[in-house]
Amino acid sequence: MAYSDKVLDHYENPRNVGSFDKSDSKVGTGMVGAPACGDVMKLQIKVNEQGIIEDAKFKTYGCGSAIASSSLLTEWVKGKSIDEAGKIKNTQIAEELALPPVKIHCSVLAEDAIKAAISDYQTKTGKGSKADAA
Amino acid sequence: MRAASGKNYFELFGLPVSFDVDADDLTLRYRELQRHVHPDKFANASDQERRLSLQMTALVNEAFQTLKDPVRRGRYLLDLRGIDMGEETDTAMDPAFLMEQMELRENLDEIRQADNPGKQLAELANQIDQRMLEKIVQLRGALNLDSSKETSRARNLVREMQFLQKMHHEIDNLEEELT
Repeated sequence: MAYSDKVLDHYENPRNVGSFDKSDSKVGTGMVGAPACGDVMKLQIKVNEQGIIEDAKFKTYGCGSAIASSSLLTEWVKGKSIDEAGKIKNTQIAEELALPPVKIHCSVLAEDAIKAAISDYQTKTGKGSKADAA
Repeated sequence: MRAASGKNYFELFGLPVSFDVDADDLTLRYRELQRHVHPDKFANASDQERRLSLQMTALVNEAFQTLKDPVRRGRYLLDLRGIDMGEETDTAMDPAFLMEQMELRENLDEIRQADNPGKQLAELANQIDQRMLEKIVQLRGALNLDSSKETSRARNLVREMQFLQKMHHEIDNLEEELT
């Protein structure tokens, strides 16, 4: 399958690969998976006292589109408030990376990962709603 | 020859709709069915019959592959019960399970760099096989009890088994790379 230039760029030079300490109270961790392809994605955010995402890291085992989706998302969320970051839609990711229809679920994985990370952070700090946890 | 439309894969093979399938018996039934529908038998038949024979052969093959593999069989049984597996839309899974999958993949990366990867790779493959066997036993139990709670447990198990299958596939790939 032909990957777009943007996917290839993120695949070959992934941004923000790595991990934060899960037990750090400023860190939110989102783990998601896609049974269809066995992809596993971990996305972590480090949030400051103003509720701004200072840094983000990811680790993804999956295809190029899944890696590119999570890499792009870590770039996007840096400097955003957790509210803003929680509003990012998978369609924006899919559009930016020109994902073909069969790879749309990779962008869904990334959207769900950031939501899970935010929800984890909020549960930890006791702030905000837990509506997304379900 | 009639198209077996409306028959599910179990019915096509003359088997009860159940997770318990005897592999040898299934293979015998497969060979028998294959003989019946094989295109060679229809070399002198009409175009329509030849086309039908090709379709049936494809269907029989697909049914066999589905019933033979415990993960696909489990998934198919849930499909027959109208359960949506949410494979591309439902990304939420037990975090501990996902964390473990992440660690297993990291192990595989380490083995790739190791001096003597063969032995470690075999150990990892064994570990995955062991887990798969445990889950097959659990899945059998869950599918045989036809309650909504057990069905939902079966759905989770099949979803987890799909990750183990992927992991096994990755191990096989690395093994091939190394030889």
